[in-house]
Amino acid sequence: MTQKLVLSKTVHCTRWRHCLGRFRSRIRCVISEELASIARKVTAIIALLVLSGCGWTQAPTLDVQGPIARTERNLLFAATGLMLIVIIPVFVMAFWFTWRYRVSHPKAPYTPDWNYSLRIDLIVWLVPTLIVVAISYLVWTYTHKLDPYKQLAAARAPLHVEVIAEDWKWLFLYPSQNIAIVNQLVFPSDRPLSLKITSDTVMNSFYIPGLGGQIFAMAGMRTKLNLRAWRPVTLVGRNTQYSGHGFPDQYFAVRATTEANFRVWVAQVKHSRNTLDAAAYATLAKPTGGSSITWYSSYEPGLFARVIAQYSAPMRHDNPRRAAAMIMQSGSK
Amino acid sequence: MLGRLTFQSLPLYSPIALGGALITILGGVAVVVLITWLGQWRYLWREWFTSVDHKRIGMMYIVVALVMLLRGFIDAFMMRTQQAIAFDSRGYLPPGHFDQVFSSHGTIMIFFVAMPFLIGLINIVVPLQIGARDVSFPFLNSLSLGLTVAAAGLVLISLVIGKFSTAGWSAYPPYSELKFNPGEGVDYWIWTILISGLGSTLTGINFLVTIIHRRAPGMKLMRMPLFTWTALCTAILMVFAFPALTVASGLLALDRYLGMHFFTNGHGGNMMNYINLFWMWGHPEVYIVVLPSFGVYSEVVSTFSAKRLFGYKSVVYATMAIAFISFTVWLHHFFTMGASANINAFFGIATMIIAVPTGVKIFNWLLTMYRGRIVLTVPMYWTVGFIVTFVIGGLTGVLLSVAPVDYLMHNTTFLVAHFHNMLIGGAVFGYFAGYQYWFPKATGFRLHETWGRRAFWGWFIGFYLAFMPLYVLGFMGMPRRLERYYVASWQPLLIIAEVGAVTIMFGILCLIVQLYVTYRNRAALRDTTGDPWNGRTLEWTTSSPPAPYNFAVLPHVHDVDELAMRKERNEATPRPLAYRDIVMPNNTGAGPVIGGLAFVFGFAMVWHVWWLAIVAGVGVWSVLIRRAFDDNGLHVISAHAVEEAELRRFPTPASS
Repeated sequence: MTQKLVLSKTVHCTRWRHCLGRFRSRIRCVISEELASIARKVTAIIALLVLSGCGWTQAPTLDVQGPIARTERNLLFAATGLMLIVIIPVFVMAFWFTWRYRVSHPKAPYTPDWNYSLRIDLIVWLVPTLIVVAISYLVWTYTHKLDPYKQLAAARAPLHVEVIAEDWKWLFLYPSQNIAIVNQLVFPSDRPLSLKITSDTVMNSFYIPGLGGQIFAMAGMRTKLNLRAWRPVTLVGRNTQYSGHGFPDQYFAVRATTEANFRVWVAQVKHSRNTLDAAAYATLAKPTGGSSITWYSSYEPGLFARVIAQYSAPMRHDNPRRAAAMIMQSGSK
Repeated sequence: MLGRLTFQSLPLYSPIALGGALITILGGVAVVVLITWLGQWRYLWREWFTSVDHKRIGMMYIVVALVMLLRGFIDAFMMRTQQAIAFDSRGYLPPGHFDQVFSSHGTIMIFFVAMPFLIGLINIVVPLQIGARDVSFPFLNSLSLGLTVAAAGLVLISLVIGKFSTAGWSAYPPYSELKFNPGEGVDYWIWTILISGLGSTLTGINFLVTIIHRRAPGMKLMRMPLFTWTALCTAILMVFAFPALTVASGLLALDRYLGMHFFTNGHGGNMMNYINLFWMWGHPEVYIVVLPSFGVYSEVVSTFSAKRLFGYKSVVYATMAIAFISFTVWLHHFFTMGASANINAFFGIATMIIAVPTGVKIFNWLLTMYRGRIVLTVPMYWTVGFIVTFVIGGLTGVLLSVAPVDYLMHNTTFLVAHFHNMLIGGAVFGYFAGYQYWFPKATGFRLHETWGRRAFWGWFIGFYLAFMPLYVLGFMGMPRRLERYYVASWQPLLIIAEVGAVTIMFGILCLIVQLYVTYRNRAALRDTTGDPWNGRTLEWTTSSPPAPYNFAVLPHVHDVDELAMRKERNEATPRPLAYRDIVMPNNTGAGPVIGGLAFVFGFAMVWHVWWLAIVAGVGVWSVLIRRAFDDNGLHVISAHAVEEAELRRFPTPASS
């Protein structure tokens, strides 16, 4: 096949030889064959990469494990594809024009005063505009569809977990199970996962590549993130917003599992001797590094709300009732 | 007496920090000794430091940019090396050092490489392109330079005394607040930003007024060369955007110095207010940095294709559109804050709209090359390299503007790769194109071509090696600013990126060698014509370097490509019938003195040496007031002297 291709090129080149002289055409032959062979090699490499998927298992953003991550990734592919409509011509033109209109090329046309064409101007404005309109449509639709606050539709009720970013670890509170875990997030894969997130320190960004996007964790504020896995899987989540010396170690284990295994795991945590009372929380909130996992068989209900409330503005004079409520809350801590 | 300044402030905590300090000190001492040995202090002070000549100020800005580029690059190289070896280990940097390095790298590259480089180019070129003898406010120009150098000095001295910020170049609170960062690092950052931001704002005002007010007769707005257009847009952006940064960092200073609560956790503070303000400056800043490069490409592509720019009006409208829309997109830097879908979609679409005028420009440059006579000089290499590289950055930029995709890629190395793609492939390539293109105009010598091409290939190949792996690492989930990691599959890519950094270093070394080789071959590379590239705009009608007054007689402008048009009519250098006296501003020491006092003020504020801060602050205002009452600001160059100078340049009358 390769042999045939080269042969037909040679024949093709023979015809040119009559027109343009031997030397130049031979160089051109060599170049075009060279280019063809490079193109073949590149295609082969890309095909190999795509087919074997060897890179993908290492790239959790692409090797998706749930519907949110998949839609977000496919959006990335679609937008890339649309933009290639403009980008490939730019590549071709940049190299082709530089070569074709070089000053040493004797036969290249030269039109020093040609500097406008309404038709070309329209194309140049319209084509990028149309592509942007197309991607804008995707942006509008999918930003709403993939709103991280949106509760995911599913047959079974979501599992609610409250997440608190600490220096430099993650605390997960399971209100229905009344268990608390540091640096480990376990959830059943056949139920959506509904997270409420805040921070008891600087700004963090909560991210589980492979499951969906990320969202900030900010003190005094509550963000939400809804995720879902297709099947049992083990992943790594982490903070992506630089937060100090312990930042590199601020990652946590993520495990989606079957409902049965989830219950077994909850029962195991329930057997832990640790409980997260006020004193234990105060120790936990101090800056410490490491991604080691700690289980707490129970915690004081309302901890998540209290962590947020401690940063609320105290004594709003325009709202004495709220100020009073605040004082009572902080007293109960 | 010395505030919180103690012996502990010296960098004795690690050999690497000490090494950095010693290199900084030795570099400074070497420069001082060299100048003293050559006996050039008086010359430098009289002719350069106190100069109000826009060309000299521009050259000093570029010297600052190149020196700081070395420092910023060393930071980058240290980071790449750390990440290349820090798999499952601590790497070679002591704890608490890596974060200083990435903070100072970003701060230096934006504020002390990109800004001075583009301001330097604008300073050298714009007055010449619009046929003016100087900027509108020559003293203000010198003052801006003084403030920029003072701020750069603060960053440099932070290497020797105390530590720099660890909060990144954007200093996000609450991490940058007193509670989490009680040391002097963030204060160094704040005073650096406040002082250099003031300088940039003043520069913006200066060039906005200059371009509106000082154009030669006949130069309507729509006859301005493209570089001047982009300079105008950049000036507008500087004037409107920089105050937002000054306010943001000023409020952060109030939090830190006076215990206020603008951005703290609790007490009514909200860090997102800072982040909004910061990016209200930060996004226009991206275009402040890149628009002048677009101007350079427009000039270079037209000159070296020997052809009029395709769709001049289109490019002008595209530039203005970019400048305007750049104020409406800042929220895309934090799509992940949890705003509603409507807000994220709005800012995502606004961001993508910028891609349209940017794409138009790319096509217009390509169509300028179409049916041209392309001479592949060094500036043209940078330009073609830019076009290819920039569209990749444009692609990834549009991807990041799609909010749900940004949820995946935010804070990862994909983002790092994207903005370096824009800043190196977009802005820096343009600065180097402009540096090579206007070097003969500013100094009278062309730069050595071969070494220029080598520098280009070093940067070009090095860029791809250094940043394409970071795109891939983004997909692999690697966050930015990571001192060490435990994922084995990241390391090979980080080693490739390190090879890229080495290749870029080769490019930088070539730039240094190029200067040396140019100096050695200066006789052969001398530009006696004033127009070494067969240029098309007014700056090439002056001698190289231009006389202090630029134009003996102010030109009359009839065309965008004024000089090209004159050449067609064979009247490139018309000789006037008579010369007149020219009034020019006197040199003044007020600019550098205020810069020096601003440096002392900033340093005193960082270390809480209140008495010194008061002394320096009063000093700044005294010098400023004294300067305001100085009525002897001008001198006259007599018509006779002008004629003599011009006759030396054109011994025989040109065609007329």
